This record gives sequence, structure tokens and C-alpha cells, in this order.
Amino acid sequence: MKKAIHFRMIEGNSLGFVALLAVLGAIIAAGLGATYYMEHNGHWVTGMTNKVIWGTPHVFAVFLIVAASGALNVASIASAFNRVAYKPMARLSALLAITLLVGGLAVLVLDLGRPDRLIVAMTYYNFKSIFAWNIYLYTGFMAIVGIYIWVMMDNSVRQFYKAAGIAAFIWRLALTTGTGSIFGFLVARQAYDAAIMAPMFIIMSFSFGLAIFLLVLMCSMKWTGRPIGDRILNRLKNLQGVFVAAVLYFAVAYHLTNLYATEHHGIERFILLDGGIYTQLFWIGQILIGGIIPLLLLFTPLSRSRGVIALAAVLVILGGLAQMYVIIIGGQAYPLVMFPGMEVSSSFLDGAIAEYSPSLPEVLLGLGGVAIALAATTFALKVLPFLPASLADADVDPHYKEETAEASAEAA
Amino acid sequence: MSVSRRDFMAMGAAATAGAAIAPGIRLIELAQAKSPEEAVTAAQRWGLLIDTNKCNKGCTSCVDACHTENGIDHEQLKGSDATKPQWIRKVEVKDPNTGYEHSLPVMCQHCQEPPCVDVCPTGASFKRADGIVLVDRHICIGCRYCMMACPYKARSFEHEDITGQKEYAPRGKGTVESCTMCVHKVDRGDGTTACAEACAKEGHNAILFGDLNDPKSEIAQTVRSKATRRIREDLNLDNSVRYIGI
Repeated sequence: MKKAIHFRMIEGNSLGFVALLAVLGAIIAAGLGATYYMEHNGHWVTGMTNKVIWGTPHVFAVFLIVAASGALNVASIASAFNRVAYKPMARLSALLAITLLVGGLAVLVLDLGRPDRLIVAMTYYNFKSIFAWNIYLYTGFMAIVGIYIWVMMDNSVRQFYKAAGIAAFIWRLALTTGTGSIFGFLVARQAYDAAIMAPMFIIMSFSFGLAIFLLVLMCSMKWTGRPIGDRILNRLKNLQGVFVAAVLYFAVAYHLTNLYATEHHGIERFILLDGGIYTQLFWIGQILIGGIIPLLLLFTPLSRSRGVIALAAVLVILGGLAQMYVIIIGGQAYPLVMFPGMEVSSSFLDGAIAEYSPSLPEVLLGLGGVAIALAATTFALKVLPFLPASLADADVDPHYKEETAEASAEAA
Repeated sequence: MSVSRRDFMAMGAAATAGAAIAPGIRLIELAQAKSPEEAVTAAQRWGLLIDTNKCNKGCTSCVDACHTENGIDHEQLKGSDATKPQWIRKVEVKDPNTGYEHSLPVMCQHCQEPPCVDVCPTGASFKRADGIVLVDRHICIGCRYCMMACPYKARSFEHEDITGQKEYAPRGKGTVESCTMCVHKVDRGDGTTACAEACAKEGHNAILFGDLNDPKSEIAQTVRSKATRRIREDLNLDNSVRYIGI
């Protein structure tokens, strides 16, 4: 017998709730202050240069935008793929998709040379630019997911549930294709100019988005005293494990292809072998912390502990940030190859590895974007019924049987 | 020599016709010249030809002249070499196998298929009909995607406040800029750029400016008779800046 799913707003009057919003608010304020400082003085006060053009703000912004589309996974599984057990989590999933995107876009816009000209970006379009397409993909995503949330919450428009779910799923694939193609379409640089960027970003979004969703879900349910069943959590952690493995696979495919072509040996040597911080971030950050350790945590008996599952999600996020750093900043730090096979030098550091270290304002702006996403989520949970009253197996799992529960209790 | 009446009439008619048509032909020539109010057309394609054999290592006259002409003052700026604008730079190239070294200036290559124009979200990066690639500083939002896309590192982001700008070369903090091929001089009809002028003044004559579409121009004749190359020809961007000796 299928039970009705109950959603309930969080009360949002506890000290913890207020403290959480206060901390997030302080981080947002610091981010805005950092923006003012950078825009007032100009970008020379940051670590960014004419060689490393996009810095730490872009690492955060692209990470958040990629994670936003991935946060929608759970909702898509429920609607587009008819998995009933995921339905109670679909609203939170869609909410996070919007808030993470807002956070990422805020960082992107606030790092523009002229953020005051946002209206220009909205009124002048060059339709050959993938950036211009993305403006439509991002705003369209928010609109479609907004409608999706509406049909999930309002029974009078229930008949559009499936259609909205499928539309949102297709749109999120297009969106992440667009984000990956920002780099995939760059013919000039050795690290980019690869069609694999688009699907790789999609799979990265699956993994990073689910990791953030898992953490937000576990925290919000725990802090409001709502149960999560072992079976549902087990499904989510297995899914997370598969996504982590897929991200590793794409990293292998990307580097293997590059290693085969002599023209890319320089950049591969730089990232994999002697790139200093970028090599360390690749092997220790992306591969070990973001890949191998989470896989071990998720697919061994260790994963019986919820703390371990949460730790794995944290590591996936840290590894994801490292991966973004390697792609975005490592890709720029390696010099442009204008004269293949030649040694070059100039007053503008031709042929030399570009130096870059993140400045405090850049980091604050990036963290500000994360805080915007989390604060918006926290606030939304208080004003609309996004969070299920219970995710206990008996309440949400269509295959739940008393006996299995007893059997698993005995086994434990 | 006696001229028959008939021949005389014929010659007279020819002379009259010639006198009537000649100013017309001259007018066509004049009509092709551009007044400042007129839009540029694809009749011209401005380009540079750089002979690296004539370019001296250590000589930076072209860079200095560019800075003076366009109001770029590195001394005035607080940032590092990597944040200061670099519209043109001297690059030293060495073949590690043979030891052969040469020196060449690199600026915006004014591609006819410019990646910077492709990626610009607002259309601030644009190519004029006569092939000059520019940034409209009024609609540049400072996203720097063009800088990511440029294979020549030819574009600079204005990292700080600037003073002492030239009215014909407006620049501004938070926007992207690059070599304009001295578009103000070109439009004025100077027939040269600051870098080409300076190089000639030094006696090197390594930089030749001209109209690649005009078969009679020195640049068109030279590229027709000598092997020239573009940097990163593999990208097939049809650059208007060509090199000899790379």
C-alpha cells in the first residue's frame, strides 16, 4: 500500500536556524565587500592577470553552476524515470538546482570587469557565442525548474508533472553541455578544445550535485528531527559511488587521448608530472581525495556509517573544486603554444608557466556564492514545504516489507 | 604627313571623348576614397607584413611607439607585467634543434575568422569590413572570454584606473583592449601604423602596413612574390598579419 508523502516547512525559529543564517549572511557580506574592493581598485589587486584570466571566482562559479544541474538528479530520477522512492526528495532537489545556480551566477557576474553593465549582457547578443547561449540556458533553467516545483506543489496542475520533469531533465543536459562547451570550444588552448568537455561536465555535475544534495538532505533532516531510512540512503550513496567512478573514467579518457597526441605532451606533462600545485591538485585533490577515497568509503562496509557517507560527499566536493581548479587555472597557467617545438620568451612571459595564487577577495567572493546558495535554500525550506516530513523506509520505499526490515535488523 | 578631313574628324572625336571620359575615370578613383563619415567597406583589407629577418633582437621601437600613440603608460600603472596592457610585444623564438634565433613583434593578428569575435557574448568584439578587429568599449562587460579564446595572447584586460588617454583611443578599467592597427591613423588616411612608422624610422623596415586588396600596394605585391606565413596557421583563421622568416 502506497502512503501519501507529507511535506512540511521547517519551523525556522530555533537558535541553530538563526545562527546558520547569520553565519551565511556574514559570508555573503564578506563576499560583497570583496567584490567592492576588487571592482573599486580594479582586478590588479587579485591574483588574476592577462595570462591567468579567469581565477578562483570562476572555479567556484563553474563548480556551482555544474553542481546546480546535478542537484536536479534526484528529481529527474523520480519524474523522468518513474522511481517512486525518490519522489519525496524531488522538491529539495529542484530547489537546490535553482539556488546553486543563483549562487554560481552571482559569483560570475560579480567578477565581471563591468558588473554594472549586466543590462548590456541582457540586451546585446552575439548568437555565435556560447556565453550568449548560456544566458538563455541559465535563465531558462530557472524558469523551467520553477514551473517544475510549482507542478510538484500544486495538485491542480498535477497533470503536467511528468512533462515538466522531462523538460527540466533535457534542459539540464543542455545547460551542462553549454557549460562544458565554454571550454570545449576554445581552440586556442592546449588543455581545452575537446568535445569530451561537454559530457565530462555532465558527469561531473551528476557527482558534485548529488554530493551537495546528500549533505543538504542529511543536515536538514537531522537538524529538524526527521528520519531518513537506511534503504533510501543506501540507494543514494550507491548512486554517488557510480558517479564518482564515472568522473574518474572521464578523467582517464581525457588524459589518455591527450597523451596519445604528441602535440599535447607538453600540457599533459605539466598537469600530470611537473606542474607543481596543479599536479598535486590533480593527483591528491581530484584523483585521491575526490575519487579513490570516496569510492572506498562508499563501497566498503565503512559506508554503514552515515558519518562516513557524509564524509565521502564532502570529499567529492573538495575533489570537485580541485578538478575545477586544475581545469580552469591549470589550463591557463600552461603557456599558449604559438610556435610548436620552439623555445620562446618575451616581456609578457611567453613560453613561461603563468604564476597565479588566489587572493583573499577572490576566495571570499567564491565562498559568498556558496553562502548565497545555502542561505536561499535554508530560507526557502522555511517558507514553502520542500522537505518531506519523513524519509523512513516504511514511509517512502515502495518495496518496503516488514519482514525485510526485521531481517535486516537481525542481521545488524 | 597629311591628314585627311575624315581622319581629322575621327581624331577630334576621340580627343573629345577622351577629354570627356578622363575626369569621369578620375572621379571613380575619388569616389573610392573614403571620407571620415563614410562606413568602411570590404574594398580594403588592411594588413601587416613583418619580416623577422629585418627585426632586431633587443629593439623595442615598435612597442614604444605603440604605447606613445595609444596612451599606454606602464610606468603609471601599479600592477605587474602580467596585468599591464600588452598590445604589442617582442617575442624571442629559438629553435632548440638548430640554435637559430629570431625576434618578432606579436600583436592582434586581425584574423578574418576571429575566435574573439565568435565567443564575445555581447558583440563588443567585432571585425570591421576592412578586416580590422576591435573591441567596442561601450558594450564590453569585461567577461574576458575573448582573452581565453585568442590564440595569440593579444588581448589585455584593463586591470586598473588609467589616466592620460588619447581621445582617439578610449580605454577603460574593467574592459578588454588590444591592437587597433592604429585604426584612427588608418581612417585619417595616414597609410601607416605607429609600429610600422617607428620601425622604418629605426631603419629596419621590418613592418610593412598596407591594403592587401590593392594589387598595386607594396604589401600585396610582396605577399604575392615571397613566402609568408601566419602564426598558428593550423587554426586557419586567415590572419591579416603575416610574417616572413617564421
